[in-house]
Amino acid sequence: MGLVSPDYGTIFWMVLAFSVVFFILRKFAWGPVLNMLREREQSIDKALLSASEAREGLSRLQAEHERMMQEAQRERDLLIAEARQIREQLINKAREEAGIENARLLEHARRQIESEKLAAMSEIRQQVATLSVDIAEKILKKELADRSKQETLIKEQLSDLKLN
Amino acid sequence: MKRWMYFTGFLLMMVTSGLPLFAAAEEGQAQHSEAPKTFDAGKFIMEHVMDSHEWHIMKIGETHIIIPLPVIVYTKEKGLSVFLSSKFHHGNKVFKGYMLAEEGPHEGKIVIANADGTINEEAPLPLDFSITKTVAAMLVSLLLMLLVFLPMAKKYTKNPNRAPSGFQALIEPVIIFVRDDIAIPSIGIHRYEKFMPFLLTGFFFILTNNLMGLIPIPPGGANVTGNIAITALLAVFTFAITTFSTNKNYWKHIFDAPGVPWWLKFPIPLMPFIELLGVFTKPLVLCIRLFANILAGHFIALSFIVMIFIFGQIHWIAGYGSSVVAILFYVFMTMLELLVAFIQAYVFTLLSAIYFGMAKVEDHHS
Repeated sequence: MGLVSPDYGTIFWMVLAFSVVFFILRKFAWGPVLNMLREREQSIDKALLSASEAREGLSRLQAEHERMMQEAQRERDLLIAEARQIREQLINKAREEAGIENARLLEHARRQIESEKLAAMSEIRQQVATLSVDIAEKILKKELADRSKQETLIKEQLSDLKLN
Repeated sequence: MKRWMYFTGFLLMMVTSGLPLFAAAEEGQAQHSEAPKTFDAGKFIMEHVMDSHEWHIMKIGETHIIIPLPVIVYTKEKGLSVFLSSKFHHGNKVFKGYMLAEEGPHEGKIVIANADGTINEEAPLPLDFSITKTVAAMLVSLLLMLLVFLPMAKKYTKNPNRAPSGFQALIEPVIIFVRDDIAIPSIGIHRYEKFMPFLLTGFFFILTNNLMGLIPIPPGGANVTGNIAITALLAVFTFAITTFSTNKNYWKHIFDAPGVPWWLKFPIPLMPFIELLGVFTKPLVLCIRLFANILAGHFIALSFIVMIFIFGQIHWIAGYGSSVVAILFYVFMTMLELLVAFIQAYVFTLLSAIYFGMAKVEDHHS
């Protein structure tokens, strides 16, 4: 059992025991452990990656949301402006139409009044003529009851004629 | 105030921990007083670091407390014999024609005995496949590894993708260290996986045995990684794996190194010779580094203990007095050895990984 001379008995047992333990550990310990370590690292890596992806997606979603909100607001503003314009137009149009109708009605009324007035005038004129003839007749009847008066009148009339 | 209490307590502990050793020294002295021989420090240390057929724990009075180990010997005449080393009664008795040589050139070995109980010098040594102290301690370490790693692996398969817990959390960083700081940088990300089982087994084998060697009571205290057979075999494993994973370029770099002037290869093949020598010196250095480091650690630690015995021989007060200093140094040395245990496991694994990485040479020069 020298200090620096290897003992073959020790070598024999070492080869045997070390090999057995090596193969047992390789199959049942190192293999599974290293695989699991790698798998775990991969899963952590994946989790981190997906977390950052999710964060990115969320921010993208937020940006999208913001953009949509802005678009909606613009749309709304546009719609409101358009509606206001349409209303204005409608009112203007209505007002215009009302004005035209008014004018037309007025014209119509004026024309009617005119024609009515004309009719009334002619009637009045007729009436007045009739009445004046009647009156004249009556006056004449009364005036001419007296003979002298008839002669006076004739004379007067005649003098007037001369003047003419 | 409290600090002083701790300090005196510590000192008291130092002295009392030296007591049994001191007593043992006195015992040894008493035994040797019959013989003219005094306490042999060298022999004491060598007995502790060397392999042996029995696991000596301590001696109280004249009784040795020993764990007997199985002896397995074979000779052509007597065939295979298996028995416990306690049958030799600490080297005093012949059993089945074998005896444990206490002295002489075959000291500590099992030899064939003469009828009168002396060593048969002519007969060849029997083939000895005994479970010696080193083998037993190694088996304990390997068993410990199985007991630690198999349940741990089960934990991984049972609940995958979970944070490590318990003992798993202690071992996992070491496994990841071996993978990320030893294997991947030295071998490369594409090829390292094939070598991981050996690197991990080697690393934990060396580490476990180094640490077990620091524990002074059985099943620790044996000098497994400071045994040349063990370290040589580890180096041979590394060498074999390196050689079996070589490619054409590796051998080309050895025998016909590109970029080297032709006159270094022909007519005297200087470079090939040096390169080929390097192939064998690499594992040799691995073997000797581990062996020498661990052995030296045991030597120094034991030397401090031996100081108590030597001083105790001079005077018992000197024995007590020196025990404080010696144990302090011993504690310091053990702390250092704790560091060395990790460093040596790391260095061996790292160099093995580097050799595995060098086995496949990329062809840079074409």
